[in-house]
Amino acid sequence: MKKTGLLLVVMLLALPLVYADSHEYAAWTCPEGFEGQTLSIFNWSTYIAEDTVPNFEDACGVSVNYDIYESNEAMLARIRQGNPGYDLIVPSGGTVQRMAEEGLLIPLDKDMIPNIPNLIPDLLNAPYDPDNTYSLPYQWGTVGVGYRTEVFPDGITSWDQVWAHDGSVAWLDDRQTMFGIAHLFLGTDPNTTDGDEIVAARDYLLERGGNVVAVAADDGQVLLERGEVDIAIEYNGDILQISWDCECDDYAYAIPDEGSNVWIDNLAIPVDAPNPELANVFIDYILDAKVGADLTNYIWYASPNQASIESGFIDEEILNDPAIFPTPEQVANLFAIIDVGAEAEELINNAWDEMLIFLGQ
Amino acid sequence: MLTADQQLINEDAMSRNRMVRRLGVIGLWLNPVFSYFFLWAPILVLVLFSFNQSRSVASFTGFTLRWYGNILNNVMGAESAFSTELMLNAFRNSLFVGTVATAISTVLGTMIALSMARGKYKGKRLLDALLFFPVVIPEITQAISLAIFFKVVFDWLALISGERIFPGFHTIIAAHVTFNISFVAIVVRARLADMNPQLEEAANDLGANPWQTFWLVTFPLILPGVISGALLAFTLSLDDFVITFFTSGVGTTTLPVFVYGLLKLTVTPEVNAISTIMMVLSTFFIGISLTIQGRAVARA
Amino acid sequence: MTTWLARKRESGFLLAVPTIAWLLILFVLPLVIVLIVSFMSRGRGGVAIMPFTIEHYQRTLGIFSIILWRSIGLAALTTLVCLVIGYPLAFFISTRRNRLFQQVTLFLVILPFWTNFLIRTYAWRILLGDEGTINGFLLSLGLIDDPLPMLNTQFAVLVGLVYGFLPFMVLPIYASVERFNFRYVDAAYDLGANDLRAFLRVVLPLTLPGVLAGCALVFIPSVGAFVTPDLLGGAKGLMIGNLINNQFGGSGNMPLGSALSIVMMAVVMLSLLVYLLANRRDRGA
Repeated sequence: MKKTGLLLVVMLLALPLVYADSHEYAAWTCPEGFEGQTLSIFNWSTYIAEDTVPNFEDACGVSVNYDIYESNEAMLARIRQGNPGYDLIVPSGGTVQRMAEEGLLIPLDKDMIPNIPNLIPDLLNAPYDPDNTYSLPYQWGTVGVGYRTEVFPDGITSWDQVWAHDGSVAWLDDRQTMFGIAHLFLGTDPNTTDGDEIVAARDYLLERGGNVVAVAADDGQVLLERGEVDIAIEYNGDILQISWDCECDDYAYAIPDEGSNVWIDNLAIPVDAPNPELANVFIDYILDAKVGADLTNYIWYASPNQASIESGFIDEEILNDPAIFPTPEQVANLFAIIDVGAEAEELINNAWDEMLIFLGQ
Repeated sequence: MLTADQQLINEDAMSRNRMVRRLGVIGLWLNPVFSYFFLWAPILVLVLFSFNQSRSVASFTGFTLRWYGNILNNVMGAESAFSTELMLNAFRNSLFVGTVATAISTVLGTMIALSMARGKYKGKRLLDALLFFPVVIPEITQAISLAIFFKVVFDWLALISGERIFPGFHTIIAAHVTFNISFVAIVVRARLADMNPQLEEAANDLGANPWQTFWLVTFPLILPGVISGALLAFTLSLDDFVITFFTSGVGTTTLPVFVYGLLKLTVTPEVNAISTIMMVLSTFFIGISLTIQGRAVARA
Repeated sequence: MTTWLARKRESGFLLAVPTIAWLLILFVLPLVIVLIVSFMSRGRGGVAIMPFTIEHYQRTLGIFSIILWRSIGLAALTTLVCLVIGYPLAFFISTRRNRLFQQVTLFLVILPFWTNFLIRTYAWRILLGDEGTINGFLLSLGLIDDPLPMLNTQFAVLVGLVYGFLPFMVLPIYASVERFNFRYVDAAYDLGANDLRAFLRVVLPLTLPGVLAGCALVFIPSVGAFVTPDLLGGAKGLMIGNLINNQFGGSGNMPLGSALSIVMMAVVMLSLLVYLLANRRDRGA
């Protein structure tokens, strides 16, 4: 944990938000020879700008199948069953490691991705994919607490406020993240493989789950928006999207002082992809300064694209928002999820099922 | 001869009976009022919000036809928002799956219904059970059994031929046909049971071969049943989520699967608009089918 | 061989062969595979591997039985509520003298079911939410001071299930009441029965087949419901269908999910057996 934490400190501190004036920018052009081909993308829901795909289709003269998933688990399940024909997926860090180990990813063709230097160098060569053999960053962010400002006028600074809240709360349906938060309090490694520690984390959460009305898979922000919960543990971008939608200050996002989870989602090509060449071209397209900036401006996650940041294409409002780009003090307490291996995976799975069963009692 | 006491008791019982009956009558009228309200309130909410000004369906902010406009624009081939395009694509996928699955299951279901109604062989009880089970088995059990089955079969095929088959429309359609066959067979059999077999015998006696008998006598008579069965199958196909979810592949997102993804996120009134359109279309189709059936009944 | 074929053709059995083959391959065989998988061990990523084990059944009947019983209970309650609402409704529809009015009332029960099931269930989220239609109405009337927590409870799941399966109760009962000859009631009255006795002794027994069929048709899909608790139940309304679905995610447990399905199917088969026995006794009587 210490090592990954340290690495992240270094990595995220290295994000000085320098707004240089616009460089000369030439619009992305598609290499020739792909006209009429098809690309199949499998991405998280609400994780792309409205025009990202249509513009790519126009630029390359190709057509794109676009399917969505709600969790790494769901995507992984589909690919494990035998890739049903996707060319491009967006797994988070730990999932990249798992998939690479299981032989579910094929190496990127970096010659086809000249835009790699646009990326923030410190986000490359992460421990889950040391040489970026299989993956390149798409967006990154944190898990934290989305809340109604009306209920918490003074904000949220501690997880204890979440546990003790007298009202409705939604948790995130992400077992490793939720147990990881418990491990922060128990002083154990968020990526522990020890059975007793996993059970302890389960019990820790269960004791504090009396106010939980939903364990939401990526839709906690909707519950918050409809007033069904006062607090939702969620990904930062999801909470920011509803604030943006309502154009109001009713919702806010905070990373509690005790720490939380940081994640990087990555572009990768699954094994048996029918058209890996075009997938490489699409990755290059996403890493373009303007395309990447448009994406970030729409979905409000942190961009890994130095060129997008420096070119001034990203709204300043986003660059200056600590909910999107956390402060160095916050970064110090963030933990990343890594793959824990088959045995611990089963222990975590069992503990999570048991937690769900008893949570509803 | 009744004594006065007995008479009193009797009258008492009768008035109590009258009261019970009056309460019963009130109850009998209150129940439908409540039931229809219960059945229709969510639908009204659904339709109402398809005209909602704001993008959310949390509260009604004003009247607009914008969402219908978006859909219409796309249908007319104009440029439209990516999300609208995705939804209509899902709708087209649903229609495609529904049509093909209905065609296959109607043929297969009608065949087994005919065979069981007119055939002379043993073991029909076993066939009954075979047709009955897909109807009563929990959807999620059937869904996971098909998911595992396709995985096993495709793994095995990849092993012996080196070529991997991916789930797609064929797996969804195969799954839909499997749960539809029984429904078609049940509806067609009900129709066959009502039919007078002497008509076929008469045709036979008049020198028609079995083929002619079928197309000239049996088929026209069971046609309303076949149509009802097909409509039922089509509706089930169009509405199925669980089984499709577990058997779908790339680019085969059907409307229910798409809607499920949306429900987990923000539902825009556009979804309500297309549901309203679907409901109006279904009403129209059911109306036609009822008319056809009504005519057939009138003629029979 | 040819004579066998000819004999089979004669008997009309050949006509059924394609359908039988289809169902054997795509229905029976997959279920057999699930049964086998349910006895296998969990491998990396939740897939099934050797050796055989019964641990998933131990877990299913152990800790998971809490949710299994809840699912059975909710399904039974759903069936009861559907019966209480559906029986009088079916009676109301089938006793309309005006043929057109009768068709319209029947049509009004069926029509909502041509809207997407997910959307219909979802509409209840709008109705039952803390800031939803019902709470808004009650608050504005001043009947309550704080919104009633209805969504994300077992109550919401019950409402959703009743809403989803009510027509399955109404239609079979409607069919049996349609066939019912009301002269029997007159006969009962002539023999001195009061309303209650006439109902219990004459009407109910004669419409019982419809009631039993309706109960089976509501109970079975309710036990295995997955969408309704998923959309309306939240953490408190979890049902066995959700837990089965969870096992098929990336780090779930396919053999455990299979074992849960098999046990659930056994529950359904048991309830069917009860149905068939009740039906037979009813016919015998």
